[in-house]
Amino acid sequence: MADASAKQVLFEPIFSNNPIALQILGICSALAVTTSVNVTLVMCASVIAVTAFSNLAVSLVRTQIPNSIRIIVQMTIIASLVIVVDQILKAYAYEISKQLSVFVGLIITNCIVMGRAEGFAMKNGPWLSFLDGIGNGMGYSVLLLIVAFCRELLGSGSLMGFSLMPVVNEGGWYVPNGLLLLPPSAFFIIGLIIWGLRAWKPEQVEAPDYKMSRHKTKEAF
Amino acid sequence: MAKAKETVSRTVMVALALCIVCSVIVSAAAVMLRPAQITNQNLDIKSNILSAAGMYEQGMSADEIESVFSQFEVKLVDLDTGEYVEPSAVGVNDPMKYDQYKAASNPELSENIPATQDKAGIKRRPKVAKIYLLAEGDDFKRVVLPIHGYGLWSTLYGFMSLEGDANTIEGIGFYDHAETPGLGGEVDNPRWKSQWVGKELYDEGEQAEPKIQLVKGGVDANAQAKEHKVDALSGATLTSRGVQQLVNYWMGDRGFAPYLKKLRQGEV
Repeated sequence: MADASAKQVLFEPIFSNNPIALQILGICSALAVTTSVNVTLVMCASVIAVTAFSNLAVSLVRTQIPNSIRIIVQMTIIASLVIVVDQILKAYAYEISKQLSVFVGLIITNCIVMGRAEGFAMKNGPWLSFLDGIGNGMGYSVLLLIVAFCRELLGSGSLMGFSLMPVVNEGGWYVPNGLLLLPPSAFFIIGLIIWGLRAWKPEQVEAPDYKMSRHKTKEAF
Repeated sequence: MAKAKETVSRTVMVALALCIVCSVIVSAAAVMLRPAQITNQNLDIKSNILSAAGMYEQGMSADEIESVFSQFEVKLVDLDTGEYVEPSAVGVNDPMKYDQYKAASNPELSENIPATQDKAGIKRRPKVAKIYLLAEGDDFKRVVLPIHGYGLWSTLYGFMSLEGDANTIEGIGFYDHAETPGLGGEVDNPRWKSQWVGKELYDEGEQAEPKIQLVKGGVDANAQAKEHKVDALSGATLTSRGVQQLVNYWMGDRGFAPYLKKLRQGEV
């Protein structure tokens, strides 16, 4: 990774090394904030900002951080950034921050942020780390937006708050799928996306942990 | 990884420096954005009150909300006696600043609700509630009352607006709850809320116990006492029951009934 080019760092996480689909990180918030596209957009912007700036900050001080407290140092930087983002949302996007509620705060525990700080920013320069943060944030966002698109369209018959398929409760014809409004439905959608992605890029398929051997003895006769 | 940076004193120094820098950033953000956040919260409460009263339109600007809301008079009501109280009695100088939900956890300003009477599942109630009155000349035109109670997963917080007879419902709205999306969460559905308009809380004459009922399967046009009946939320029996109980609790003897009675007779 030491000689990775800027372009690679920025775009690889989107499909080739997607944090959710390949590394299976950050699933918690992917389930919780994807009921509507609007809310998801704000969440994605917040995560991109936090990963980018935490990577930048960690990378800037990486030569000064004593090894024994490096995780705590990263945590502190990430937590401060998340609090700042949360405060900004409360001041300028109050409605959406109410819907996101606790999940903005939970960006702190989002494994993607921590994982990139520890795995990339500790070893690379500030500029590359910043791009890596944006790239991973975008990889996360692309997946979240796909999930949110499916869930809002089929769960509430609308996109970004605009009604496309008028639902029965409001006098229309579409009977919304209630499962898609609940968090578990995101599991199904993410699972399908991972399946699709691995069919498209077979190199992402993990090697099986073990192989079934053939039966050699005949039993149960 | 140079050896020199692993000494104890250096580790402590780095940790300290980091803490100072981070705390400065966090507190600066908190202090600078505080005014904007408070404005947002106030606007949010006001627009909730307006929407329960049916006076809110989508996309109203902050100034419009302020100007419509300024028609309301904010009053504090003693729930037991039904009389207005001075803001100083609850330790504030502006009635708008009184928070009855905070007061409910203050032993001096609230009381326990005996389990047998606790229909709304809220355990404690404030002695003084904050209400919003829209007067026209000497007569009042509408009154917006805060209501809250337990549904299935969460406490629902909302407002109910009554017409000038202090009996006919003009609107209801919940601004904070965590009921199941798509089922109990449909308490936010404008179509469902619109059914409440024109329903009556009390029977004519006696006016003591509210008679609101959420019934399954829709309200038949010929149903008995249909002025008290509202269609329950489909697939959300417990949320519907919670809403019925909390409306009846807050409009009953232990809630706003004493005040509404006085209001009707023009005693307050």
